[in-house]
Amino acid sequence: MSSFTLDGADVAFTEGQTIIEAARVAGRFIPSLCAHPEFPAHGSCRVCTVLVNGRPMSSCTTKASEGQVVESNTAALNRDRQALVQMLFVEGNHFCPGCEKSGACTLQSLGKELGVTSAGFAHESPTRPVDASHPDILLDFNRCILCELCVRASADVDHKDVFALSGRGLHKHLIVNAESGRLADTGMSLEDKAMTVCPVGVILKKRQGFSTPIGARRDDVQTPRQRLEAGRKP
Amino acid sequence: MRSASDILNAHRGDPTRLVQILRDAQHACGNWLPARVLSEIARGLGLPRARVEGVAGFYAFLNLKPVGRFRVLVSDNVTDRFAGSAETCGALCQRLGVKRGHVRSDGRVSVDFTSCTGLCDQGPALLVNGLAIPQVTGERLDQVVRLIEADTPVDEWPADLRRVQDGVRLQGPVLGATLEPGAALHRVLHASPDDVLATLKDSKLRGRGGAGFPVATKWETCRTAPGDSVVVCNADEGEPGTFKDRALLMRRADLVVEGMTIAARFTGATQGFIYLRGEYEFLLPHLNEVLSKRRAAKLLGTGICGDRGFDFDVDVHLGAGAYVCGEETALLESLEGKRGVPRHRPPFPVTHGYLGRPTTVNNVETYADAAVIFGLGLEAWKALGTEQSSGSKLLSIAGDVERPGIFEVPWGTTVREVLKLAGAGSVKAVQVGGPSGELISPKELDRRIAFEDLPCAGAIAVFNESRDLLEVVVNYAHFFAHESCGFCTPCRVGTHVATRSLDKLRQGRGSSAELAELGTLTRLLRDTSHCGLGNTAPNAWRHYLDKFPDDLARRLQAGFVPAFDVDAALVAARTARGETP
Repeated sequence: MSSFTLDGADVAFTEGQTIIEAARVAGRFIPSLCAHPEFPAHGSCRVCTVLVNGRPMSSCTTKASEGQVVESNTAALNRDRQALVQMLFVEGNHFCPGCEKSGACTLQSLGKELGVTSAGFAHESPTRPVDASHPDILLDFNRCILCELCVRASADVDHKDVFALSGRGLHKHLIVNAESGRLADTGMSLEDKAMTVCPVGVILKKRQGFSTPIGARRDDVQTPRQRLEAGRKP
Repeated sequence: MRSASDILNAHRGDPTRLVQILRDAQHACGNWLPARVLSEIARGLGLPRARVEGVAGFYAFLNLKPVGRFRVLVSDNVTDRFAGSAETCGALCQRLGVKRGHVRSDGRVSVDFTSCTGLCDQGPALLVNGLAIPQVTGERLDQVVRLIEADTPVDEWPADLRRVQDGVRLQGPVLGATLEPGAALHRVLHASPDDVLATLKDSKLRGRGGAGFPVATKWETCRTAPGDSVVVCNADEGEPGTFKDRALLMRRADLVVEGMTIAARFTGATQGFIYLRGEYEFLLPHLNEVLSKRRAAKLLGTGICGDRGFDFDVDVHLGAGAYVCGEETALLESLEGKRGVPRHRPPFPVTHGYLGRPTTVNNVETYADAAVIFGLGLEAWKALGTEQSSGSKLLSIAGDVERPGIFEVPWGTTVREVLKLAGAGSVKAVQVGGPSGELISPKELDRRIAFEDLPCAGAIAVFNESRDLLEVVVNYAHFFAHESCGFCTPCRVGTHVATRSLDKLRQGRGSSAELAELGTLTRLLRDTSHCGLGNTAPNAWRHYLDKFPDDLARRLQAGFVPAFDVDAALVAARTARGETP
């Protein structure tokens, strides 16, 4: 089996796997946000940037190849990741203590993992009204990090195309597939795959507040790194 | 008025033509795209409505909200600024009775800024409903106001007002070529692919759009890749201060199409596109005329030059206001009717380009150069240039010079020689290659324009002693923030954060804290961005910070100054209380 090294450790891979996929299978954690094991790489958050033979590359879009020397856990890369996570925090409105997804939010967990203790940059504080039009589902755009997982899930799995992106630059934003612009006028339903993929707290089931207490939630119990490393073969 | 279904039919209901369809629909709907029209287009094309809206929302020239029936956009490149664009904009707003960025209450007109329109040698320039109006000051400004108030459609405005000069000041082998249409093509027609390749290799021709990739390698990879290949001409000349392709397309469009046809002959492509930036819509009739003439002369279409196996034709696609579409994979996305977001590479367009087919994407000038090489012969070409940079280069020079315009010079010419040609006086700094290029100081004027020293896709902007370099830097940084596609975090957020820091520096409120932040952003954008736009955006400020320490020092505060300005925030309240602010 072919292999590359990740921070000095050998990681085996099969032909066609990306660096982060091979690392995941081997139980080795590379911080990431928009990568999802069930979907093709997106490569937009850039948090999974590693050095491949000394060159910065996103590990979710770079194919593994024999003998690559990959560095991930370096002070400089972790500092860059911190800055990227801080950027995602300041461009939206994230109030963790009052968020239903707190404790099960990939952005929050990553912030903790990377030791993010301040905003780092000036807050944008954008005005982003929520969409509560749907009887069962709430959309809180304040937390959107534009990873497009819902766009992809709705298109590729649900075949509904409920979501898309519009605008560009800092004005890029999530839209829904209705002339009214309201989720209620789309085909979205609770059974959709798109309900389950949001890494933050944009797509929420209504009337389900705090069913798991804070402190007992997914990442409170075990961080993403711990979860992955628990599966590592000895 | 054309209905949505007429427009869809005219485009054969082809979803890859979505950007063209949206442009036409907007024209038919009074300059904007109402929600119901987007729904109709989506239904007609069988696309999700949100995807159509997302495409419309990406491009600066497509409007999801009403704008004026006359949409006036003032080119905001820094050389336009120095030529008085802010004054022109202010005068237009005042005379027309409209606030910038708003629509006049009768819906007649709106006025706003736009990124560089490529008329830097004829500034301050406007786009009115997409058509270029150069030199809008004095009597010409009066004329614009009168025509808008008289409700005269812009295509009926006097030709003199709309006339764009080609701006050519110095010709070389490309601009001065006297080749008959088809002359270069005939030389290739009976040559073997190996001979063509050998000539290309020997010519050392490298792409003229900025990256300088060897043309022989690109064409050969495309030729040998499986699938029906495509030839694309990148005429999305968006780098602020670059307007040399404008001149080439005005004066030597035939040569450009000839180069594309040679590429098609070599790679086996039957389909070709010219992706023309929206700002150059005024060139569309001329380009279509050139293409028609070539079809009539059997230099384009089926059975080119009487060879029954040689079919190739070219279609012009218009952009709609997005600098990032100059990046070749974003260009291909746009050409396929999508948001202009750069793709992941590999695979590269030479093997997986337009609709997944092998695609040769080259700059306008590259195709013209190829035609010249085959038409005039290698020796004439190789006589010019340097070891790594062969032949000539078209430069578009603007700013503080007596003779702004287009100069075709041999590669290897020094900046000092270029400045002399254009008639520069005192020089504080020169931006070579546009905002994504390099700002050089007067100490560096003996550097050469060449891939091995100062690579340059064409833009040279000259700033004299009276100019505020920080104004230049701030303008460029805002340009990148405006043009970021928003796909990746560092570019989407980082370019914007940079504008805040630089604005603060310019206001004299900056300190070492802002410099540290800009340092972080420089590294982050360079190392982690998805595409070249983000990678090169820090060039807008880093050369200034590195090379002009004295200029910078004068702008810095000794200690940190908060971004929040309490006095500015209280102006409204104090005014209401009758206090003097």
